Amino acid sequence: MLLNLIEPALIDWSRAQFALTACYHWLFVPLTLGLAVVMAIMETLYVIRRDPFWKRAARFWMKLFGINFAVGVATGLILEFEFGTNWSNYSWFVGDIFGAPLAIEGIVAFFMEATFIAVMYFGWNKVSRGFHLAATWLTGVGATLSAWWILVANSWMQHPVGMQFNPDTVRNEMMDFFAVAFSPVAVVKFCHTVLSGWLTGAVFVAGVSCWYLLRRREQPLAFASLRIATVVGLVAALGVMATGDTSGVQVARHQPMKLAAMEGLERGGRRAPFSLVPGVEVPGALSLLATHDVDGYVPGIRDLLDGYVHPDGTVVLSADEKIRRGRVALDAFRTFRADTTAPAAKAEARQRLMDHMPYFGYGYLSSPERLVPPVGLTYWAFRVMVGGGMFLLVVLAALLFFERRGTLGRRRWLLHAGLWSIPVVYAAGQAGWIVAEVGRQPWAIQDLLPVEAAVSRLDPAAVQTTFFIFLVLFTVLLVAELRILCRAVRKGPED
Amino acid sequence: MITYTFLQHYWWFLVSLLGGLLVFLLFVQGGNSLIFALGRDEAERSLLINSTGRKWEFTFTTLVTFGGAFFASFPLFYSTSFGGAYWVWVLILLSFVLQAVAYEYQSKPGNVLGRTTYRRFLVANGFVGPFLLGVAVATFFTGSAFIVDKGAMGDSLVPVISRWANGWHGLDALAEPWNWVLGLAVFFLARVLGSLYFLNNIDDAGLQPRLRRQVLRDGVPFVVLFVGFVGRVLLGDGYAVDADGHIVLTPYKYALNLVQMPAVGATFLVGVALVLHGLLRTLWKPGFRRGIWSAGFGTVLAVTALLLAAGYNGTAYYPSTVSPGSSLTIANSSSSYFTLRTMAWVSLLIPVVVAYIAYAWYAIDRQSLTRKELEKGEHKY
Repeated sequence: MLLNLIEPALIDWSRAQFALTACYHWLFVPLTLGLAVVMAIMETLYVIRRDPFWKRAARFWMKLFGINFAVGVATGLILEFEFGTNWSNYSWFVGDIFGAPLAIEGIVAFFMEATFIAVMYFGWNKVSRGFHLAATWLTGVGATLSAWWILVANSWMQHPVGMQFNPDTVRNEMMDFFAVAFSPVAVVKFCHTVLSGWLTGAVFVAGVSCWYLLRRREQPLAFASLRIATVVGLVAALGVMATGDTSGVQVARHQPMKLAAMEGLERGGRRAPFSLVPGVEVPGALSLLATHDVDGYVPGIRDLLDGYVHPDGTVVLSADEKIRRGRVALDAFRTFRADTTAPAAKAEARQRLMDHMPYFGYGYLSSPERLVPPVGLTYWAFRVMVGGGMFLLVVLAALLFFERRGTLGRRRWLLHAGLWSIPVVYAAGQAGWIVAEVGRQPWAIQDLLPVEAAVSRLDPAAVQTTFFIFLVLFTVLLVAELRILCRAVRKGPED
Repeated sequence: MITYTFLQHYWWFLVSLLGGLLVFLLFVQGGNSLIFALGRDEAERSLLINSTGRKWEFTFTTLVTFGGAFFASFPLFYSTSFGGAYWVWVLILLSFVLQAVAYEYQSKPGNVLGRTTYRRFLVANGFVGPFLLGVAVATFFTGSAFIVDKGAMGDSLVPVISRWANGWHGLDALAEPWNWVLGLAVFFLARVLGSLYFLNNIDDAGLQPRLRRQVLRDGVPFVVLFVGFVGRVLLGDGYAVDADGHIVLTPYKYALNLVQMPAVGATFLVGVALVLHGLLRTLWKPGFRRGIWSAGFGTVLAVTALLLAAGYNGTAYYPSTVSPGSSLTIANSSSSYFTLRTMAWVSLLIPVVVAYIAYAWYAIDRQSLTRKELEKGEHKY
């Protein structure tokens, strides 16, 4: 059935399907990133010290790595192709910029990962110790490089740079590759995300080790793993905090509506308060976090919709005015593309289009309210992310402290906390992506392309069907993975 | 001088090469479709699964890179075909997802679905993956029902550039018999390559004679179907860009392409000859186990040449049957000069990637897989 307009149901189901795939993907990828570091450190210790204990430990964590890896790969495949299947307009409109990182990811990162993971698993008796160790590290490097390129792509959607719209080809075209690949937003997002992956891996190793200690099993392995995991985890947690802080400033600068939604801030101003939970606020803290100045100005949702004058004199247009200018851009575009337009009128239309291009995406919005993302979800997701991160930092520090003092085995409450850190780190990771992606709605690409102009023209029932197919499939695979992981942990390392 | 046209041709060559490599690497899928047919007991089935299990990531990665490279270099194809022929691509992806987890999970305790189910996933991917990929590639020659209108971006209510002209969204490809012919040809080719790969990779007296018989069983339908499809392509019409830039049906377009581009024509013929050589020598010479090298290399050459014939020489590589003017050519669907040039620099890394893959592959496969290795191996599926 052909549709006469883009139905809201189509947009919703397409978004739901992408969100589902991304959320599942991010259940598996951070563990891959983090476990890669832990097991590579262990194998390095094995090669340096020639102590079979470390080989046994590395191989145990590699086994869990392998169980997790496959589902990450599977969900990643779907994610890549969904840009085409469900967001076809997007794929052409910005494919000139967005496709490049995905191709580089394939050529540079995926083959490295695929090649060396085979050596890592099947090469113990077939290649030298040094080559095997290199393969283990390169598996992790491949995974990390892959993260780099996909996060470059994601960062570009949050803060598009290095491109120009070409009305002849009706797409944005890349003008500066390095501006895209090394934009400050991409660098910070990469560090923040990869370090959160390290944190996940470290917390997973620490949690499993705590379980062994609670059961009084595999104690040498558990203590050795805890020492490595807590150090990696603490380094990662501090890095996540530092990059999170920088990320906050970038969001305030480039995506102020997302920041306002994260805080549920209706009206902003100087000395904006940070809301710990509804009704409990720290005066000036939001200004400090967002601008690194306690007197800094932070606009609220209403300010952004109504328009405001920044204390430095900058006039920020109202949403109504941006939408009006966006419609002017669309109108100019239509005139420019029409076969009947005279050359002089075409040139004038082109100029008018380029003048209004910064607002092009706004022309598709039906009302100013479309610019407000789901505030409740963004607000609470942010608190889960930050609160979870704080909890993990404290638990990891305590685990390391008491392990060094030799009294960890007696502190069963802490071992329980270590074990329960595993669901916390996953909740924090998922919440982080909810903040990043839900908070930027309605934009597929910030200020450039809203989701309603990015989606493929499909029957909503078709997308609904594939959504449920993926939901059932991914859930079954997740349950299977969890059961296999639990069995493998219960069984312990092989001799 | 690196011109825009040169870069478009260069990237179509790389995409074609990736397509050729992907079809060769479908030996993993072809082999998996034979797990139950060839493996009479658990030991044999385990040998087969562990044999393809050490290569599946290459096929998977090549599929992902093929998609990524197509996206980066010809984004209008990515948006038109993936968003339009929705069901074909979703089914292909689903089958590969099932395969990706099946290796690791099938032998693990607590895997919820049981070992046989995961193995059936491998078999399902072995049937569905090559067949539907073949169907999708066949549409490069037989055409699809889509309309491209870039001006639609100016419509604030329905800003859709590429739209499918019917509600079947890709399943309509199954209504064209020639798409079935290529789909089945690729399926049987994957099985031939799978058997040839097993012959080379597994040292097992029980499996060897059965593998040779299987090469014959799959080789005959493959040759018949392949000859039929190539005959249709060479004798049929093709969509070409005329002197005015319009896309028109032209008699014998693909045959002319192979003649007018002798290097492509020769590559195709050499590829076909190598595939037949690998196949026939395996059948006639009982001790010959290296048919996969000849047939595999031949597959890469033949498929690459076919895709080059589909895109070069002013040909529309993704023709529209309902709106010829919407047909995609390497000129009207490619990325910008800047992006293609930047990506061309990145592509210089490909030889390095190929070199380390070859070395790692060599290191792992120096000795054939045996039952003994699986019994004492430190890691097995």
